[in-house]
Amino acid sequence: MSTLPGAGRRKSRLGWNLLGLLVFVVAGFPLYWMLNTAFKPAKDAIDPDPSLLPTGLTFDNFHRALDIADFWGPVGRSLVVSLAVVVIGMVVGLLAALAISRFAFRGRKIVIVGILAVQMVPLVAMIIPVFLLLNDLGQYDRLTGLIITYLTFILPFTVWTLRGFIVNIPKELEEAAMVDGCSRTGAFLRVVFPLLAPGMVATSVYGFIQAWNEYLYALMLLSQKNQTATVWLGNFTTKHGTEYAPMMAGATMMAVPIVALFLLVQRKMAAGLTAGAVKG
Amino acid sequence: MSAADTTTPAKVPPPRQAPPPPPKDRRPRGQRTSGGASAPWLLLAPCLLILALVMGYPLARLVTLSFQKFGQSQLWGFQPAETVGFDNFAKVLGDGEFWAVVLRTIVFAAGAVVFTMVIGMALALLLQRVSGWLKMLINIVLVASWGMPVIVATTVFKWLFDSDYGVFNALLSKLPGVEMIGHNWFASGPEGLAVIMLLVIWGAVPFVVITLSAGLTQVPKELEEAARLDGANSWGVFRFVTLPVLKPIIVMLTTLSVIWDMGVFPQVFVMRNGHPEPEFQVLNTYSYDRAFVVNDYAQGSAIALITVLLLLGVVAVYMRQMLKIGEVE
Repeated sequence: MSTLPGAGRRKSRLGWNLLGLLVFVVAGFPLYWMLNTAFKPAKDAIDPDPSLLPTGLTFDNFHRALDIADFWGPVGRSLVVSLAVVVIGMVVGLLAALAISRFAFRGRKIVIVGILAVQMVPLVAMIIPVFLLLNDLGQYDRLTGLIITYLTFILPFTVWTLRGFIVNIPKELEEAAMVDGCSRTGAFLRVVFPLLAPGMVATSVYGFIQAWNEYLYALMLLSQKNQTATVWLGNFTTKHGTEYAPMMAGATMMAVPIVALFLLVQRKMAAGLTAGAVKG
Repeated sequence: MSAADTTTPAKVPPPRQAPPPPPKDRRPRGQRTSGGASAPWLLLAPCLLILALVMGYPLARLVTLSFQKFGQSQLWGFQPAETVGFDNFAKVLGDGEFWAVVLRTIVFAAGAVVFTMVIGMALALLLQRVSGWLKMLINIVLVASWGMPVIVATTVFKWLFDSDYGVFNALLSKLPGVEMIGHNWFASGPEGLAVIMLLVIWGAVPFVVITLSAGLTQVPKELEEAARLDGANSWGVFRFVTLPVLKPIIVMLTTLSVIWDMGVFPQVFVMRNGHPEPEFQVLNTYSYDRAFVVNDYAQGSAIALITVLLLLGVVAVYMRQMLKIGEVE
């Protein structure tokens, strides 16, 4: 209704802002409740009519969470697995991404479809044969087995996002360098690689988070004594019930570093993931 | 890969500037044959090899497995696996429970996808209209919930909906005439699955909002103005200008959502403490149940294979879209 840019606009913005505030509260509530429970005295968590505001600040739940089951072992294992997966995925994925984004060759289309198709196969569908395979190879309950299987979802993802970053770097830059006497490899190393670096960092972080967060394979392919961080969170539920306050402390320890990393790179990633999506 | 040489030279885009010293031990050796037909294949070889190994082989094994008799005794090698033709499929498809699971999975996924897309689109449009500071706040919350490990989110929702001490029941009970304390949301399948759907939607909306927001910035302002001058109202502009421009992104997001929501596993599995009741089973947990609880790996594989085939239809649409994107470059 309001075509005038002045007062009417400001009034309608107020309405939108109120709606936005509601969205903020609703979407943020689960996060708030996790933090609130993690830091409140455990006895206050067990209240049928809990106070919505913090009732006190204590770190007891964190101590209790660390007591319930070994924490650093699973975290260390998750770290090893995620880093290994990212390093292998980045090296191999970058080469493949270069091939499909900088070369025109027969069969390129099939390769692209193949790599994308791989991404579409639900991990759960693969768990049975993967389990049997690792069992046969003697890799069941070994971190190496887990690393190998994680490549199934990290590799296609890495190839596809790196491709997104590479195609955003104009080919002309490379060509100019080649006119100036660089070899193709030299042009890549001196021109493309530096421009690609931020995208590579973002992709690595993102891949790391994905590997870190994986649950099903970690649960199925490792025994209790070798569990990773995501599976560790299951330790709070026993036959005798669930200790929710320490569990939320555990959840906070799991989530905060990952969410912080995520906040750092997500803008970059959104750009890479949607590269070319609207151009066509 | 030290952090220093991957980050520092990043801000030197002009073409002819003196290039930063090349990092020494970088790999692309295969590129030497500039433009040669073998170069791309050399670059692709490691990737394809790994994928064939970690993906191709298990996929092939999944197919052969679903035509075999394979249980505990075959796993331990006491008995060889014998081929039984379509027996597993006949057993699965002839089972009424399986069809109930299929129907439940489809209803669940469809509900989750529709809500995710509609809410996501509404939020993306809303974000364009709110003040800057609020937009930033909402974005932080969205990205935080997006980045939350699924397993953490599931754990948190389990706590929110706890029957005795869950804050959700407490909040509902504050409404006049409502007494929900002690209400168990997981006593019935539909109610429990609704909670799980909420969890899935909460986790999935941020990706949709952020992607659509990126898309919205690319909708040409002139087109919107022109439509408005031609007398279109907000809905008209959205329907005839915004939607068509965003269509490729929407198709992509919807397809991905279908694939993800048909594939929910940890949410159901963890929410039900590792033993989903029959009325909570979806295709993935059902397949897992057959394989690892009943110890019939062959039947579990048959169910997994049927799930993959179901998804193929969806993937075909997605693939066409992705190919179009790959094409324009």
